[in-house]
Amino acid sequence: MPTRRQLIAGAGAAGTLALVPLRGIATPSLRDKVLTDLTGGAAVRNGRVSLTIPQLAENGLSVYTTVEVQSPMTDEDHVRKIHILSERNPIAHLLTWHLTPRTGLAKVSTNIRLAATQQVTALAEMSDGTFWQDRKEVVVTVAACIDGR
Amino acid sequence: MALAKARVSMPAQARKGEIIEIKTLIRHRMETGYRVDSVGRNIPRYIVTRLSVTYAGDEIFQMDFTQGVSANPYVAFPARAAESGDLVFTWEDSEGEVTTVRKTLTVTD
Amino acid sequence: MFRAVLLVSLVMATGVASADPLPSGTAFQSENLKTQQADEAANPGMLWVSEGAELWGRRAGGAEKSCASCHNDASASMKGVATRYPKVDSGSGKLLNLEGRINLCRSEHQKTAAFEYESDELLALTAFVARQSAGMPIHAAIDGPAKPFYEKGRALFHQRQGQLNLSCAQCHVDNAGKSLRGDTISHGLGNGYPAYRLEWQTLGSLHRRLKSCSFGVRAVRFGYGSPEYLALELYLAARAKGVAVETPAIRP
Repeated sequence: MPTRRQLIAGAGAAGTLALVPLRGIATPSLRDKVLTDLTGGAAVRNGRVSLTIPQLAENGLSVYTTVEVQSPMTDEDHVRKIHILSERNPIAHLLTWHLTPRTGLAKVSTNIRLAATQQVTALAEMSDGTFWQDRKEVVVTVAACIDGR
Repeated sequence: MALAKARVSMPAQARKGEIIEIKTLIRHRMETGYRVDSVGRNIPRYIVTRLSVTYAGDEIFQMDFTQGVSANPYVAFPARAAESGDLVFTWEDSEGEVTTVRKTLTVTD
Repeated sequence: MFRAVLLVSLVMATGVASADPLPSGTAFQSENLKTQQADEAANPGMLWVSEGAELWGRRAGGAEKSCASCHNDASASMKGVATRYPKVDSGSGKLLNLEGRINLCRSEHQKTAAFEYESDELLALTAFVARQSAGMPIHAAIDGPAKPFYEKGRALFHQRQGQLNLSCAQCHVDNAGKSLRGDTISHGLGNGYPAYRLEWQTLGSLHRRLKSCSFGVRAVRFGYGSPEYLALELYLAARAKGVAVETPAIRP
């Protein structure tokens, strides 16, 4: 029998009850705050970053994500960090990749968890101190037959 | 309790300057810390926190994880073949457990 | 003419595809899932296959034997084995799936305790053994001693069950290819099991998936290794005749 908290959270979180936190959930404004903390208030430009993520995720527990950034990856000009931010997960800052010139190419992939349908942000920090981003909307669904455990 | 198992896939050989593709997998529950058990007790957070990769002793790549990364994490990234040497992959988790895999890359001119 | 109609309806009634093999559940997945499944370096199920390879060589029990002690190199000795399961064990007359066969080896030949269902060890060994048949077409025997089990499985597959009063056939035959929430209903063949299910965040057996199905229609969930699920597993293997083994598959 689901608890009242689970029912309330479940109504907003597309049924992925297992991920509902006991405290709050990220919001677009929390995501913006995290973004400002990461950039130190510097301007974030659109472009150079390409976030590849499915428009429709069959399960929010594992969403295949690739970020590619245009960069020569030399000592003088390279990507220092790539962050993934969420606007509806329990936390806004999902992960950070730290790259070096020896990485050779700024293209990284992993699987992330998305608690609900939302906009995902990939933020890149360059060696020259500039910040670039790409954002994509992902619709998150649940599997048809769940365990019920 | 089985040991954490990790798989690393990368070529054994490359030409100098070539970009190689590295794919890693590690067995880990990535427990979020949000779930409760059947009697309502909170299941504590237990996740991989970091993957660091060195190449011939230099750190070339690192990933900081949170519970927002999927279970049994897959991480793929490139590396530029420079000198022949070992790549060492080190995963740390929130309990302080460390898993290490070492692979040798032979670089030809 | 009547005989032809009778023959056709008999063939259809047995529920076994006598024509082309049915499409694997993989065909209904997203491109991302298909790509990850096909890539051994990205498929998380391979973590269990790796563990299975290690367990294959591990000595156990009073006889201090490993699987390798009798079966040597699995890539040779186990090739094609998974395509013939579930199978009736000639000694006991029981229907065994791969898990049951592994456990029978453990108790009879290694003289040690059986692995529990859904334990890492059993999942790893089963996935490892099944993997040796990857790409090979399934063809489990349904005649001779297997016939009564096959008939039981067929009856279960077509039986309405649970509070939702649905049979397996109503989804997996009548509505295969159609949407159910975010998924596309497959033919329910089970050719990729043990499979890595995103919902479970781990590798799991076919019986675990069947329990989810039973729960889905609010029917009684049979036990792991139960005669009901074993018979059903044989019927599914018959439906999957000619379909390639894809263990470990990735499913939502």
